[in-house]
Amino acid sequence: MPFGKWLDIGPVDQIEPGTARTLPVEGGEEIAVFRTVRNDIFALVNKCPHKQGPLSQGIIHGNVVACPLHNWNISLETGRALGDDKGCVPTIPSKVEGGRMFLLRDAVLNPQIPVDDSDVAAAA
Amino acid sequence: MNVTVAQEKGEASATPAKRRRLVVIGNGMAGCRAVEEILARDSTRFDVTIFGAEPRVNYNRIMLSPVLAGEKSFEEIVINGQDWYDDNGIALVSGDPVTGIDRKNRKVVTRGGRIEGYDTLLIATGSDPFIIPIPGKDLDGVVTFRDLDDVDKMLAAAEKGDANGGAGNAVVIGGGLLGLEAAHGLSLRGMRVTVIHLMPTLMERQLDEAAGYLLKAELESRGQTILTSANTKEIVGNDGKVAAVLLEDGTIIPADIVVMAAGIRPATGLARAAGLEVERGIMVDDHMVTSDPDVLAVGECVQHRGLCYGLVAPLWEMCRSLADHATDQPSGYGGSVTSTKLKVSGIDLFSAGDFSGGDGCEDIVMRDASRGIYKRVVVKDDRIVGAVLYGDTADGNWYFDLLRKEEDISDVREALIFGQAFASGGGALLDPNAAVAALSDDAEICGCNGVSKAQVVACISGGAHSLDAVRSTCKASASCGSCTGLVESLLAVTLGDDAVESGPKTMCKCTSFTHDDVRKLIVEKELKVIPQVMQELHWTTPDGCASCRPALNYYLLCAWPGEYVDDQKSRFVNERLHANIQKDGTYSVVPRMWGGITSPNELRAIADAADKYQARLVKVTGGQRIDLFGIRKEDLPAIWADLNAAGMVSGHAYGKSLRTVKTCVGSEWCRFGTQDSTGLGVQIERMTWGSWMPHKFKIAVSGCPRNCAEATIKDFGVICVDSGYELHVGGNGGIHVRATDLLCKVETEAEAMEHCAAFIQLYREDARYLERTAPWIERKGMDWLKEALFAKPGTVTELARRFRYSQTFWQDDPWAARAGGDRRDLHSHIAEVRPLSIMENA
Repeated sequence: MPFGKWLDIGPVDQIEPGTARTLPVEGGEEIAVFRTVRNDIFALVNKCPHKQGPLSQGIIHGNVVACPLHNWNISLETGRALGDDKGCVPTIPSKVEGGRMFLLRDAVLNPQIPVDDSDVAAAA
Repeated sequence: MNVTVAQEKGEASATPAKRRRLVVIGNGMAGCRAVEEILARDSTRFDVTIFGAEPRVNYNRIMLSPVLAGEKSFEEIVINGQDWYDDNGIALVSGDPVTGIDRKNRKVVTRGGRIEGYDTLLIATGSDPFIIPIPGKDLDGVVTFRDLDDVDKMLAAAEKGDANGGAGNAVVIGGGLLGLEAAHGLSLRGMRVTVIHLMPTLMERQLDEAAGYLLKAELESRGQTILTSANTKEIVGNDGKVAAVLLEDGTIIPADIVVMAAGIRPATGLARAAGLEVERGIMVDDHMVTSDPDVLAVGECVQHRGLCYGLVAPLWEMCRSLADHATDQPSGYGGSVTSTKLKVSGIDLFSAGDFSGGDGCEDIVMRDASRGIYKRVVVKDDRIVGAVLYGDTADGNWYFDLLRKEEDISDVREALIFGQAFASGGGALLDPNAAVAALSDDAEICGCNGVSKAQVVACISGGAHSLDAVRSTCKASASCGSCTGLVESLLAVTLGDDAVESGPKTMCKCTSFTHDDVRKLIVEKELKVIPQVMQELHWTTPDGCASCRPALNYYLLCAWPGEYVDDQKSRFVNERLHANIQKDGTYSVVPRMWGGITSPNELRAIADAADKYQARLVKVTGGQRIDLFGIRKEDLPAIWADLNAAGMVSGHAYGKSLRTVKTCVGSEWCRFGTQDSTGLGVQIERMTWGSWMPHKFKIAVSGCPRNCAEATIKDFGVICVDSGYELHVGGNGGIHVRATDLLCKVETEAEAMEHCAAFIQLYREDARYLERTAPWIERKGMDWLKEALFAKPGTVTELARRFRYSQTFWQDDPWAARAGGDRRDLHSHIAEVRPLSIMENA
């Protein structure tokens, strides 16, 4: 295999704390990479489970992003809609090493909603 | 080099042949503690030799901060003096560091050429300071904060002062635990201290934004300069010595000494060279055994179950497991939950566990602004998972204990945040209402206004059946609000839960204050940034929510024009990207057309832009301008540059701001026109564009009562008549159509403009965020409006003046800056992924 398990997407300081940026994947789903004010990195498919709004453009508070289209609150950790809303968007495992961000390559190319997600399984 | 070999004691020398040789690399806290633990279990098993790089006995490294600050002497922080080595028959080789490990022959070799054989080797090399790889890092005067030599260098710099004999300048790079303690010490030693921190929040690993804000404010009040979100570019030298620090934004800070405190890294060089398994740290199992069964490792140099620790508590736990293993009673180390206290005198700060929040986590927040206290406990599944305490850390250990033991706290949950004394006070006190009921009649409820329990109860019994009613009658909880919970309990106790009336709606679930309260208090208490508002007004969430953040951003920018720096993170996407997001994630772009007037050149530029950026729809709006749909966020700066080049600016069709001024053609062309309505409309738009408002704001100017510009359904409408101008307000063409009310009639264009500015400013200063003028006027009444504007002579002029003053700061074209390259990060992807299979097919 020519590449490692992790995909290097560049230095952390490309994302201002409290904001997000996008990572298009050719032939796949665009990914939103979030950096919280606490300096944690999260990556989600850039589509709200409600009406596919670009989550990368939402207001981030704590580890939650409010979708810019209809204000659904989505957990950055799990991709799940919070509160009374139901739905889940795939998350992409990430890590930071030496000031650079890495995403799990397989998840970038083929993002999956966790199978143990009972609510989503029931809804699907 | 100092070598001391203690004489063997009589009882130990009885069985010298059976003793195994234990060699310890590292005379620090971990190495010596491990030896202590082993000796406590079995004092005859090993002959111990300890190698230390520093030429001194074992001391408490975490107490270097008080030594720097002058609160302790070196002697006071020594853990084990020479007599400890002597008494225990330990050979100490200090000042001659080990430079190599020969695992095959079980030997270590030192820089001085000394060779020592071992049966068991213990690596406790600790960690090295992380030196940021920037130009100037090797200059004389750049120090780290790791050992006593570093402290001596800092003390020398403080002693010396600057070139002119004044106080010296110290720059500390890194606003974490270590950096802030260094800064504190240098500051106490008389230096002018600047802390440069890359992140927006100090100690962001240990603190949330709210506590970080309090800490920053406290340190600044002590005279330190704290620069957050600041990136160091270079350390500038003069003659090989430190002279200044240059930041990425061009700021230059003079420096006589620079302290690098950007972090630590496990010192793994020796282990790596010896071929031991090393990732971030030296890999160890639960018994602190490395990939070589004869080599153990402990402390900050190790990596255990994927984690490296930089705090002292885990180290003690590791040493116990190591000693158990070394004396054949294996117990196993399961990892540590850590807590942090900042050792800066007068600042009480505690943090433990995970407080990033998230799914299933619930925050319990208590703030007491008058005493500068912020407490936050994060609870998940009835267990504490994290805690941040500022100002009152008395209960830190209690929370930490509950956290480590994973105790079910559901029984004490209601009272948890008040601390151990309150929560553990016995059965009756577990219910906060019961606790309040148990208070004596003369117990003080509201410290700000000096209101006793009896007075609050009397006020409730006298008819104040809501929080708001209590606030407005006896004033309890009307000031800082920290006793709100107590007053609510008293309402419930006195009236029964069901009889308590709810007051006006609070701003959001993060606060017990209404929009009006928040606005009033921002001005009264001179609150100037969002974290300050949240602290002073007792927000119950650490950093607000998507509904209060934009509101606070607006209230602050309205209250403090010229001072407040807009917080882009608190803006809705449209106001951050200066375009309207559409359902497919693309944007629409509307250039401004003053008074609805355009020209062939502008139209050509718009047509060209529509072609060039493949606008999928071009639509004429109700506000007399042109909307280009389907523009990608990456193309926005370029399309704005093109539109700017043709003389057009942002139309703010996306903002809670002045949208359009719609006009009819007026007396210039129309046979019915009474005044120059287009000319007046253009003037009004030139005056008002770019102003941020509680909600969107539309204006129209009709040239005669036929009202072709539909001025009577606008927020501010002008209807020209022969004798002057009728000014209408509060119209709305939305879901609930509302025709305007007539405000007044004026004779000149100048008066019409002045009243327009005054009305807008009154709306800006009084209405709630996201409240259009129509519901605002319905709520307040036309009588109130007229009185507010006209009762006191000069009010209109004064309001108009404040509006124009505000406009000097906010009236600029946000497109121009972006087209010029500002905030490129908002418009570009971070990277692109092209899977290999696709590249091959291409």
